[in-house]
Amino acid sequence: MTAQDILERLRGDRRALPRLATLVENNDLRGLEALDALYGATGQAHVVGITGPPGVGKSSLIASLVERIRASERRVAVLAVDPSSPLTGGAVLGDRIRMMGRHADPDVFVRSMASRGRQGGLAWTTASLVHLLDAAGFPFILVETVGTGQDGTDIASLADTVMVVQAPGLGDGVQAIKAGLLEVGDVVVVNKSDQPGAGDTIRLLRSAFALAHPTTARVVPILATTAVDGAGVAELLAAIDDHAAWLDSEGERTHRREQRARTEVLAGIRAALDAKLQGLPHDSGALRAAVARVVNKEQSPRRAVASILAALEDP
Amino acid sequence: MLSADPHPRPPIRVLIAKPGLDGHDRGAKVLVRALRDAGFEVIYTGLFQTPEMIASAAMQEDVQVIGLSILSGAHMSLFPRIMNELRAQGLDGVLVVAGGTIPKSDIPAIKDLGIAEVFGPGAQFSAIIDFIRSHAPAPSPSW
Repeated sequence: MTAQDILERLRGDRRALPRLATLVENNDLRGLEALDALYGATGQAHVVGITGPPGVGKSSLIASLVERIRASERRVAVLAVDPSSPLTGGAVLGDRIRMMGRHADPDVFVRSMASRGRQGGLAWTTASLVHLLDAAGFPFILVETVGTGQDGTDIASLADTVMVVQAPGLGDGVQAIKAGLLEVGDVVVVNKSDQPGAGDTIRLLRSAFALAHPTTARVVPILATTAVDGAGVAELLAAIDDHAAWLDSEGERTHRREQRARTEVLAGIRAALDAKLQGLPHDSGALRAAVARVVNKEQSPRRAVASILAALEDP
Repeated sequence: MLSADPHPRPPIRVLIAKPGLDGHDRGAKVLVRALRDAGFEVIYTGLFQTPEMIASAAMQEDVQVIGLSILSGAHMSLFPRIMNELRAQGLDGVLVVAGGTIPKSDIPAIKDLGIAEVFGPGAQFSAIIDFIRSHAPAPSPSW
C-alpha cells in the first residue's frame, strides 16, 4: 500500500488509526510496513515530551493543555506511557481518566501505552507511534512518559520541546542542579502552584537555572500552573509555541531532528539486540558455563559478557 | 529489510468502565488490580461514563475487552445504550462483560444484548480472568 492509500484509509475510518497503532506496538509486520510507507509523510508535527516524577499532575496538566490547544483550533494527539509490571507484564493505564472530557471531539486522539519492559525499546516504540500520529496529521503531539525523577531523559530524544513538570516540596536546591531530567527541560513547570511552598520551589528552580552555563543561548522559562483550574496553562501553551518558534528561527529544529534520528536508529538497534538476547535460552549451555566461570572466579563478569556476545554474533 | 520480531503474545488490552451515575468504584479498582496481576493491560476510565465516552475510549485504545461495572441498578437502561453505541462505532468485535449488583433474573436479557458474561457479587477473579483469556478476540485482526 502506498502512503496515499494508507492516509485515505486513516481518514475514512476512525478505527484504522487505533488499530494500526496496535499493530505497530505489537511489532506486527503489517503495522511496520504501513509505518515504513508513511515515514515520508512525517515531520510536520510539533512533538512535546512531558515528563516528571509520579503524582505531580502531568496527566491533569495535559488535559488542561489539550483544552487550550483545541481553543487555538489545532488538532492534538496524546500518547501516555505507564509502566508495566516486571513481574506479570500487566499494567494499569490510568492517564486517560483525566482526559475523558474530550471524547466527542474527533480532533483529539488519546492513546495509552504500557512500557512492556522495553528499556531502550520503549523509546523505539514510542518514536514509531509518534511517527504514525505525525503522518496521520496531528500538528501537536503530546507524549507523557513514565514519571521518573532524575532519569527518563529518553524523552528528549524524541521531542521537539521537552516539558519537565515538578510540584512543590520535591527537594532542595541541590536536587535542582543534579544531572538528569531538569537539564533536558526546554520548559519547566511547577504544577499544583496553589499548594504551600510553590513560590519557594519556583524561586529555587529559577536560581538553579541561573547557574546554568553562560553560553546557553536560551533562557528556560519556569512557569507556575494549577492544572485543575487551568491557571497558568495559557502561558504554558504560549511558552511551548515560543519554543517552537525559537527552534525554527535558530535552525535548532534541524539540528535536533538529526540528533533524534540518530538516537532513534540507535534505540532500534538496541531493541533488536534486546530481542535477540531474549531469545537466548536462560538455561543455554553457553550461558550456564559463563555463569559458572564467574561464580568460580575463573572469569570476570565483563569477560563472560564478551564471550556470550561473541557467541551471539557468530552462532 | 524490516526487523520484525512480533511480540509473541502481546498482553490483552482491557477497558474497565463505570457507566452512569454510580460513585462506587472500589470493586472496579480491585478488579483493575487483579487484571493487572493477571498480566493484562488495563485502561480504567474512572467514574460517571456515558455510553459515548466508553465507546470512544474503547475505539481509541483499540481494546479487545470491555468490562462494565455497575452497582446503581440502572444496568437495564444503560447496557442497551452502550451496546448500541459500540455497534454504531463498528466495535462489534470487542468482548463485553459486565459485573456488579445485577439480579440473576436480568442476566438472560443482558446476554441477549450481546454481553458475553455477567459476574455478580462473589464472582471469583480467577473465573473472570479465565473467561477473558479464553474469549478475548485477537488484537487488531485487520485495520
